[in-house]
Amino acid sequence: MAEKERTSLSRRVVTWIPYAWLVVFFLIPCLIVLKISLSQTALAIPPYEPVFSTFADIRDKVGEFSLDSFALLTQDSLYWLSYLSSLEIAAISTILLLIIGYPIAYGLARANPSIRPYLLMLIILPFWTSFLIRVYAWIGILKPEGLLNQLLISLHLISQPLAITNTNWAVYIGIVYSYLPFMVLPLYATLEKLDVTLLEAASDLGATPLKAFWQVTFPISLPGVAAGALLVFIPAVGEFVIPDLLGGSDTLMIGKTLWHEFFDNRDWPVASAVAIVLLVALVVPIVLFQNAQSRAQGAK
Amino acid sequence: MKQALGAVRRKFQPWNDPASRPFIEFRNVSKQFGSFTAVDHQTLTVFEREFHALLGPSGCGKTTLLRMLAGFEEPSEGEIWLDGKNLAGVPPHRRPVNMMFQSYALFPHMSVEKNIAFGLKQDGMPRGEIAARVDEMLKLVKLEPFAKRRPDKLSGGQRQRVALARALAKRPKVLLLDEPLGALDKKLREATQFELVGLQESLGLTFLIVTHDQEEAMTVADRISVMKEGKIAQIATPAEIYEAPSSRYVADFIGSVNVFEGTVESSSPGRLQLETDQGFTVRTATAPVLGAGTKAWFAVRPEKMRIDHDRPEGDGVNMVSGEVWDIGYLGDVTVYNVRLDSGKLVRASVMNAQRAVARPISWEERVWLSWSDDAGVILLD
Repeated sequence: MAEKERTSLSRRVVTWIPYAWLVVFFLIPCLIVLKISLSQTALAIPPYEPVFSTFADIRDKVGEFSLDSFALLTQDSLYWLSYLSSLEIAAISTILLLIIGYPIAYGLARANPSIRPYLLMLIILPFWTSFLIRVYAWIGILKPEGLLNQLLISLHLISQPLAITNTNWAVYIGIVYSYLPFMVLPLYATLEKLDVTLLEAASDLGATPLKAFWQVTFPISLPGVAAGALLVFIPAVGEFVIPDLLGGSDTLMIGKTLWHEFFDNRDWPVASAVAIVLLVALVVPIVLFQNAQSRAQGAK
Repeated sequence: MKQALGAVRRKFQPWNDPASRPFIEFRNVSKQFGSFTAVDHQTLTVFEREFHALLGPSGCGKTTLLRMLAGFEEPSEGEIWLDGKNLAGVPPHRRPVNMMFQSYALFPHMSVEKNIAFGLKQDGMPRGEIAARVDEMLKLVKLEPFAKRRPDKLSGGQRQRVALARALAKRPKVLLLDEPLGALDKKLREATQFELVGLQESLGLTFLIVTHDQEEAMTVADRISVMKEGKIAQIATPAEIYEAPSSRYVADFIGSVNVFEGTVESSSPGRLQLETDQGFTVRTATAPVLGAGTKAWFAVRPEKMRIDHDRPEGDGVNMVSGEVWDIGYLGDVTVYNVRLDSGKLVRASVMNAQRAVARPISWEERVWLSWSDDAGVILLD
């Protein structure tokens, strides 16, 4: 009896450790950001008020909370334009990643099993260098006197260097390059599991290879497509480094706006409000999507 | 003799009729996978409306033959003809054959009816006709209530039926069945075997089945090709394969058999005498004429042997004595393993026609085994 209690206790401890981790390092920071977003800017350190220094403060000063920062987001078009532009850049990048990543994942899944580990290694290899350095390297490739323009000019394909850096194109290139593994790996995981006899069956029943792909391979790989798309779309929306380094002054992205509010304007409440709205805007549709998906799987 | 053996199931013997046109022809076909020879220069002819079984242990090349006909593998050498057309270079999706896969290979993201309609849709059949054909197929395999279900919500037997319906929906010239009943339990498997035969006869299609189960091949097939290491050892009707196997391999693969090695003593048409190395003499009426001194094997089935307490009357040939080593009571038959004086075990089976036997044979008793002149066959290989 006592032993049983001990095992159930140890089991409870084991399951509570990850929850405790999430509470301490995710939920509490989120609540702090939420609290800052409801505060007012002040010329102080930290640059907002009220500041809770004791638990009694929470009761006394809670009346000082205001929604002014959120109201500002609706009044200044800069914010919602940034949101829209971020969603658009993230959506286009996701589609580009899908178009480029799917054939790579398919090729990996169909490659000779003896060389597959090496090909997978090539996909993962870029992670061994710093993300920041790799994005900087793209400036060297894309800038007017960079490697890409030199190559195209020497091949006589163009006479004037293309202006790629400081445009949205450079942002797309940067995002697609940086996020490709996150798209390829979940796609590879689903495609690798696909039973090849299903394609033989499709072919046996009269489907050309192209029809077999669209009617069998692609529908079966949809969970991988969804996983890959979510994995690249969510971080791409909030991406800061790539638009900051490769994008131009007219590249509007919410990550940049947030940075600007936080560090240049020192308006912590507005920056926090931007972050909270971004979080809600991303989390709510994803939770709804996953609920729908698990319900669809349960119904099967 | 051959005619009588072939006529066990029904009168359908185009292979005995020189005028009948071959439907499927493997002409000197080989298939190499690297250095491994899966099929080695084999020729096989199957006739229209025939139910033909490729039988053999795993790795004997039977599935490779089937996959070459479906178009998933191209022969390394030789040609495959179907209904007067050479299939060389024709991709699988243009071949008028359909396959029922061992794993069923049902599309997991489609309902039963969509699975069945898949092949018809590829052909661009009008929607109304597809629906009619799907209904017909669902009725044929008795799956109407399950039309909207996904494969993962079906039992193994139901999935097997969906696979069958999907493969039959396009009315293929040949239905290929790759170990189609392997995943079913014994009772269901036996019932399905008879259903397959009924279906094949009523639809008038040519069926080519791959199996490693000799009982299944005997039950369903008009003719069986017994395969061994990439070669066809014998092509014949089930009765011929059982009663007149061409080699020890075939005799041993189909059913159980007692084989005795020996030397031909004398041979004339309709009569051959063999001295076995077990010290007894065999006389048989069913053997080719062989020179005296030729090494040969005598094969006799357990149920063709009599077992008695007393020495049978006669001239002393076709009999041997031994000790009862083991008795297996199987209900319908009792199997006796009799140990000869040399130590060799011989198997004899007796039908339990009566519920009680006056003087039952029991363990460690001395018994006599005997058989008639036409009970066994002489094999040279």
